[in-house]
Amino acid sequence: MPVQFSETALAEVKRLVARYPEGKQKSALLPVLHLAQEQFGGWLSTETLDYVASLLQLSPIEVYEVATFYSMYNLQPVGKHVFEVCQTGPCMLNGSDEIIEYVWEKLGIRPGQTTTDGLFTLKTVECLGACGYAPMMQMGKHYREHLTRDKVDQIIAESRK
Amino acid sequence: MGRKLLLDKAHVENIRLYEVYRREGGYRSVEKALKSMSPDQVTDEVKKSGLRGRGGAGFPAGLKWSFLAKPEGVPRYLVVNADESEPGTFKDRYLMEFIPHLLIEGMITSSYALGSTTSYIYIRGEYAWIVDILEQAIAEARHNGWLGKNILGSGFDCDIHVQRGAGAYICGEETALLESLEGKRGNPRIKPPFPAVKGLWGCPTVVNNVETIAAVVPIINEGGEEYAKIGIGKSTGTKLISACGNINKPGVYEIDMTISVEEFIYSDEYCGGIPNGRKLKACIPGGSSVPILPANLLLKTAKGETRLMNYESLADGGFASGSMMGSGGFIVMDDRQCVVRHTYTLARFYRHESCGQCSPCREGTGWMEKILLNIETGKGKMSDIDLLWDIQRKIEGNTICPLGDAAAWPVAAAIRHFRDEFEWHVNHPEEAQTRNYGLAHYADPLVLTA
Amino acid sequence: MAEQTNKPANLKVTIDNITVEVAPGTTILQAARQIGGDVTPPAMCYYSKLEGSGGKCRTCLVEVAAGSAADPRPMPKLVASCRTGVMDGMVVKNITSDRVQDARAGVVEFLLVNHPLDCPVCDQAGECHLQDLGYEHGKEGTRFEFKRRTFEPEDIGPYIQLHMNRCILCYRCTYVADQLTDSRVHGVVDRGDHANISTHISKAIDNNFCGNMIDVCPVGALTDKTFRFKNRVWFTKPVEAHRDCDQCCGKVTLWQRGDEVLRVTARKDEWGEVKSYDGKPGWICNTCRFDKKKASDWVIEGPTNINRHSVIAQGHYTGLQKPHETLPAVMDGRDPKLLMDIHSVSEVNRVDISALPGAATSETFKK
Repeated sequence: MPVQFSETALAEVKRLVARYPEGKQKSALLPVLHLAQEQFGGWLSTETLDYVASLLQLSPIEVYEVATFYSMYNLQPVGKHVFEVCQTGPCMLNGSDEIIEYVWEKLGIRPGQTTTDGLFTLKTVECLGACGYAPMMQMGKHYREHLTRDKVDQIIAESRK
Repeated sequence: MGRKLLLDKAHVENIRLYEVYRREGGYRSVEKALKSMSPDQVTDEVKKSGLRGRGGAGFPAGLKWSFLAKPEGVPRYLVVNADESEPGTFKDRYLMEFIPHLLIEGMITSSYALGSTTSYIYIRGEYAWIVDILEQAIAEARHNGWLGKNILGSGFDCDIHVQRGAGAYICGEETALLESLEGKRGNPRIKPPFPAVKGLWGCPTVVNNVETIAAVVPIINEGGEEYAKIGIGKSTGTKLISACGNINKPGVYEIDMTISVEEFIYSDEYCGGIPNGRKLKACIPGGSSVPILPANLLLKTAKGETRLMNYESLADGGFASGSMMGSGGFIVMDDRQCVVRHTYTLARFYRHESCGQCSPCREGTGWMEKILLNIETGKGKMSDIDLLWDIQRKIEGNTICPLGDAAAWPVAAAIRHFRDEFEWHVNHPEEAQTRNYGLAHYADPLVLTA
Repeated sequence: MAEQTNKPANLKVTIDNITVEVAPGTTILQAARQIGGDVTPPAMCYYSKLEGSGGKCRTCLVEVAAGSAADPRPMPKLVASCRTGVMDGMVVKNITSDRVQDARAGVVEFLLVNHPLDCPVCDQAGECHLQDLGYEHGKEGTRFEFKRRTFEPEDIGPYIQLHMNRCILCYRCTYVADQLTDSRVHGVVDRGDHANISTHISKAIDNNFCGNMIDVCPVGALTDKTFRFKNRVWFTKPVEAHRDCDQCCGKVTLWQRGDEVLRVTARKDEWGEVKSYDGKPGWICNTCRFDKKKASDWVIEGPTNINRHSVIAQGHYTGLQKPHETLPAVMDGRDPKLLMDIHSVSEVNRVDISALPGAATSETFKK
């Protein structure tokens, strides 16, 4: 199946490109990659990257270079819900290691792994700027803060609904 | 109770909305600047205010503005650095999340001063929901005539766009940020030329932190000289501190820079002391990159003077016995915490965030992480401590951008002040493997009065 | 570029107590190259013929003891000499600065901690800038006690062999692809200590002029696939040759063994960069490099002048004064070669090299 944005997504690309001066459409690369990741199952395949390159009139390697640099772009398929647990200093002080352990206990996945039902992926990430509300993780667009075992249970339960 | 200039209205209900923000006196600075001041006068007020960059380096903002090249026929840009990624720092997030219009207002006034008709906010990709908040604030501002063509009939045009990053600490470095904004890898540029001459798309550019730009609002409203009266010495105005770690009340606080570190940690108005009856062991006062200080050196300088929460006092004693104000990420550690383990997580962070462009940082950060993990898990040797010291020394100052220094300083300071804790890990390998914390003999120098 | 500038040389810069006058826009490194010799900092990533190169490897760091005559304050940090412009009255310390020597030894160590040190099987050995750098500025022994970083091998086509494990990320090859070829299909992907040179999709790099990536690579990360394992460079004989070529300057170095042309490269100057002709860098096209492998394709000019200190110079060529042989005298006039006659002790090597009519080639050993 060829990769193709919907009409609405294409309009969004157009809006993004219009924010920069003429000929500087490369600036739209990061936002367009975010959009593509959202539209095509939470990850960026090589076909998707090539499609983005053709949309923005870039050579494919320019897109590969960028997509592999930033940690938010998934270049492998991920589960429906991605738990991105922060493990840097301030979160560690407040017990992020235990949260990572607990996710393993509950779902049987280590960082980088996805459950066999394809529902959950666990990722460890570095500082997300929520140090005062530690331990925390990112799920999609939002942060889940002040994590406890109970809260993790709750998040898993609501994701399964 | 210190004076609040940025967060005084943060708790007003619905201050996020334009109507409320305007009713509370918002956008006055734009009116004042565009109707009664020339761009240079705005810059002069910022100079007079003594405002220092709030991103971490503390460079005088007015001076930075005055370096901006102004060749004929070339656009100039203001780019706001909202790529807040320094561990321990979450103040800009608070500002953007709760009073987004303050940033937009500051940006319009600053853009006017700098002659930037298109300004950008580069925000870290993880703050995805804040992008929506900012976009809404911008739409409201545009709708009410604060953005667009010929604002307030002044002839000044301005528009603001929000650019989302995608997960890279290095993009907080201003030239890496510009590269990223141009749609490239976040590799810092080799300087000179500086952004003031060749920045975004080769045009003169000023990059300022969110808090710096927000501070322009009270500076214009009250006048630079009034602003400079707050604070002490070269630490003028107020500063947002994001406090985290082992404290009762983590969060973002606005302080005037005259209060003591002791008051900040123990007063109920701020951090509210250490939880669970624990003692203060150490603190990283300005974000993970700045040197860690043990409790005794944190509260009092080596000369025995009370240490204050400002640029000069925190840096008193240099790196031998002082630290830095940095970005205001205040990380407190209680006596259960292990400095080696904490330093290891930071080393891992910097290895993960190194862009890989220059060799000392690319190879050195990973090497330090490996050695620290060995020591932390009881596999270290005594000579590893000296080796770590030597590696950090060879990274510091020899890299393209300050990330090398930022990776080296925490390791250096941890060894400088907590060497015996490293040695303990080497001497007690079995215990180091089973417990997650190290020595706890650093006496709390405070005689706590109940 | 600045080296070809016609501006008058009117800025005075002092490097290691030697003063030289240079044109505005000259970098410290270029000024040091004008002086030449030991005061020239080593450069692993900078390449004067590639725009935008430099600043990354940090081997050329120098100390600026005085910024300029107008502002004689020293610069607090060491600076990358390849990307720092000269100011009038600048005072620079390179080999006279302990700080620089220390930092440089550190950089060499950083470059080597994850380098495979597979020189015995590396085609670059003998003409490798990292070998030279390690020899001149490195310290003996290693303090790195971990597994070295490795990458999955990637096939990038019939011309160029990529050994990512050896790469020091100088970015030169990406500039070549950008500035010399019609499209760049490879680049630096991933980041930090896992940044690597790749096409990401194992695509062949075969566009014209891509062969110059081999010439600019300071290490054995990009080597000539058509020369792979053919010979050690110090056993080959470099000769200057040219042909009429409608795509490039046609001026090359042939690396021969006997009459067999094993490899064709661009001609290099004393800094290891391609030579310029009439102000233009002498890059060569893929046809000259990969397709013209017969001596009869070329007009031979004569042996290449090789730096006497290079291992390539061993046993070769013009103006070389061989050291006085003392062994025959010590051995009572007996030929020292007799001492090393392998056939007297080993049955393994049945190829009698001394019995061959010409020089041994790779073909010889296939028989």
